[in-house]
Amino acid sequence: MSCHSCPLNKKSSSQKARHLKIALAGNANVGKSVIFNHLTGLHQHIGNWPGKTVEKAEGTLQFKGYTIDIVDLPGIYSLSTYSLEEIVSRKYIAVEQPDIVINVVDASVLERNLFFTLQLMELETPMIVALNQMDIAKSKGINVDIKKMEQILGVPVVPTIAVKGVGIDKLLEKAIEIIEKAPDKKPAEIRYGEEIEEKISLLIDAMKDAELIYPRRYTAIKLLEGDEDIEREINRVAPQVVATAKKLASEIEKLHGHGCSTVITSERYEAAGCIARAVQTMVPPIKPTIGERVHSFTTHKITGYLTMIFSLVLVFYGIFTFGDVTSSVLSDLLYGLEPLVRSAFGTGIIGALVWGGVMEGLIAGITIVLPYIIPFYLILYFLENSGYLSRIAFLMDNIMHKMGLHGKAFIPIMLGFGCNVPACLGCRIMETQRERLLAAFVTTLVPCAATTVIILGLVGNFLGIHWALALYLFNFLIIFLLGRLAFKVVPGEPTALIMEMHDYRWPHMKTILKQTWFRVAEFIKIAFPLIIAGSFALKLAEVAGLLEPIAAALSPITVAWIGLPAITGITLIFGILRKELALVMLATLLGTTNFAEALTPMQMVVFTLVAMFYIPCIATIAALVKEFGWKKALTITLFEIIFAILLGGIAFRILTLLL
Amino acid sequence: MTQKSSEDYLKTIYELSQNGKAVGTTEISQTLKIAPASVTEMLKKLANKGYITYSPYHGTTLTSEGRRIAEKIVRKHRLLERFLHDVLKIDKEKVHSQACEMEHSLSDEAEESLCRFLRHPDSCPDDGKMIPPCNLQIESCAKCIQLHEKGLEEEGKHNQRLIAISSLKEGQCGKIAFIRGGRNMVQRLLDMGLTPGTRICIVRIAPLGGPVELAVRDSKLAIGKGVASKIFVEVESPVAD
Ligand SMILES: Nc1nc2c(ncn2[C@@H]2O[C@H](COP(=O)(O)OP(=O)(O)OP(=O)(O)O)[C@@H](O)[C@H]2O)c(=O)[nH]1
Ligand SMILES: [Mg+2]
Repeated sequence: MSCHSCPLNKKSSSQKARHLKIALAGNANVGKSVIFNHLTGLHQHIGNWPGKTVEKAEGTLQFKGYTIDIVDLPGIYSLSTYSLEEIVSRKYIAVEQPDIVINVVDASVLERNLFFTLQLMELETPMIVALNQMDIAKSKGINVDIKKMEQILGVPVVPTIAVKGVGIDKLLEKAIEIIEKAPDKKPAEIRYGEEIEEKISLLIDAMKDAELIYPRRYTAIKLLEGDEDIEREINRVAPQVVATAKKLASEIEKLHGHGCSTVITSERYEAAGCIARAVQTMVPPIKPTIGERVHSFTTHKITGYLTMIFSLVLVFYGIFTFGDVTSSVLSDLLYGLEPLVRSAFGTGIIGALVWGGVMEGLIAGITIVLPYIIPFYLILYFLENSGYLSRIAFLMDNIMHKMGLHGKAFIPIMLGFGCNVPACLGCRIMETQRERLLAAFVTTLVPCAATTVIILGLVGNFLGIHWALALYLFNFLIIFLLGRLAFKVVPGEPTALIMEMHDYRWPHMKTILKQTWFRVAEFIKIAFPLIIAGSFALKLAEVAGLLEPIAAALSPITVAWIGLPAITGITLIFGILRKELALVMLATLLGTTNFAEALTPMQMVVFTLVAMFYIPCIATIAALVKEFGWKKALTITLFEIIFAILLGGIAFRILTLLL
Repeated sequence: MTQKSSEDYLKTIYELSQNGKAVGTTEISQTLKIAPASVTEMLKKLANKGYITYSPYHGTTLTSEGRRIAEKIVRKHRLLERFLHDVLKIDKEKVHSQACEMEHSLSDEAEESLCRFLRHPDSCPDDGKMIPPCNLQIESCAKCIQLHEKGLEEEGKHNQRLIAISSLKEGQCGKIAFIRGGRNMVQRLLDMGLTPGTRICIVRIAPLGGPVELAVRDSKLAIGKGVASKIFVEVESPVAD
């Protein structure tokens, strides 16, 4: 920023002139991703911000001879320090200094959105407003005076309807135009009350000589608000300023009878409201819209819960039925390749390794991804984009609260019943790192589809469905207890549910398809290498004749403590790598599919219990590592192994007494 | 009917009906250790005075006037407990009964002074229950002091219907007076638009201690029950049944 006169810098920037950086910023659910997808097509990838579990979607686009990098920032309501997303976004804008920020604004909720716009303006970044969802605004009877809005904000405003692609090209043209013609143009300044302005000037003066990351005025305002992150920064360069700011803030507090941050935030909202009222005219429709009626129905204390249970059962039943059929068709097809592979690699050790190791691993991956994971994500994004997931979070908040989490945590838990991997990744919807970790821990205890196969295939089949149900209930109880325990043990403050409830709307199919596509790709990247490697390692162990020794080595645990046949030790290890095949493996090792011949009823229960808890599969561990690092992932894994073994042993002893 | 005994009744009903449910006569008679017949008698009198609504089958609920008196007395009680415990160092076990005697004779003026003197007491010592907000429109008693110096007390006096969002009913509206709580949470709520003076309406209340849904600034917010109990509003109109 301060180097504009420095010739060296100019040169390098003109070299890069053909390369632009644009960021999309705005509240949650305003249409950033739709615009992003529209601009970038499939030229994008989703990663994480360095060191953070905040998602970063980046894409590139060619336009008028420019190569443009576009970043889709996470949806946030403010640039304070409440969540990781907020900090990441404001750091990005201040430090990386994109050539322009496109602020996507929901025209149908103008006041709340403008509150964020005002904060972007305070960051003094070049920007342009995409006034999106004009169609919804219109249906709500809202009309916006674009010219007036441009005038007040001092930035261009382009009306758009992202889902129909309306206005997107114009948006991009306008953005380029600003970068070319007026790259240093700053948005209008928001003026606070006299007494606050006075303090701001004092602080700006006090920081005259300091090197700052953020603009001076912004830093001064944030210091008055008591922003801890900025205080830390300033403490390094000008510690005395922080103390001054504290003193000035307390003067404001005395004057107003409210905390300084309350006063400043109120004034900012006041400004947002004032602008909103000045630029919009509203003729609200008389009848409640369909969306409102559906909303009342789906949050009602009786019909709401009924709808929720009904739709969840329907979703899972649908996915499992569809998955079951497609999965077996697919695996028949793929196993048809066996003779081909065998003849290519021979029937010796190599052939066994290639087919039984690599190919079977690949087949396993494919028969999970296509039939289960894809429909799963499609439905999930449909529910999310339509707004139904936030209703579920609303209804489930009280129950989640008993576990120390809030309503949104129910969503990853729900995902967990399908597959723990997306569920762990889904914990990103929680606000703080602590909450994410707690939710992920609980999630890994949820019986996924593969565990369900074991529960139903073993206990359900041979002991009756009531035993299977009892095990499920027991599982929920344990989830609840361990969840509470973790909540007590992990340090930090719990956060409560504070969530915007968007209006219902019909989701945009293309966006759903794209989101699904990128998620599935992410899943494949995490899970496939591990499934294949695991499969290979197992085959190798089998070929090398290591299975028996391993089983023997494990027998003090499996036989003496848990009371299972020694051979089950291998199955359990196998289950880490490929849980969905644990039962098949058990059948192979026992030499029969009629498990009643080889296992006593008690052994079936104990085996299932251990399989339920002892570990999320290796792909889940990888997801945990990705989200939380090695240490936490290993802690969770070890804890669950030890817990499951202890539980298995205790169950064995109790059941021996009972049965 | 003495003032003391009617205050005791209102206070008891207030504490028994914390979750908004009607209170049965048996419950009251057990708590106060008074025969059910006398309780019924008394409840009728209170109903005549407009402090409660009473029906033999559905139980008793406080009217807004009754609630105001009850909150006042509960507040005095809890402030006194703090005073006896924190300042006079009287045993925890004894402060409750002492406070029960003293609460009825404590004047409003003395109550305000006590509040200032104790500096922002949030909860009472024995069971950690929140002290209901004083009816000045202020966040804490530290603020009382500042306001007092500026003689602003009078301005706040008419704001007598301060109530937490969690105890509003569906359809009720109000203006935000203040929010209690940690810095982070308060900032988040402010960022979501819940600044002092903002008008909110309750759209939905999830059952069994679930969150409430508010309409605010042309949009809707879901707020967990715990947080909702820390946001105080000035109620606009009592709900029309
Ligand atoms: N009718 C209509 N719907 C839109 C428009 N723009 C976006 N939507 C819908 O709004 C929903 C949210 O859009 P997204 O692009 O996912 O929102 P986002 O801003 O990326 O949200 P976060 O990623 O949560 O921050 C989707 O269901 C879209 O179909 C629009 O202009 N008109
Ligand atoms: Mg998005």
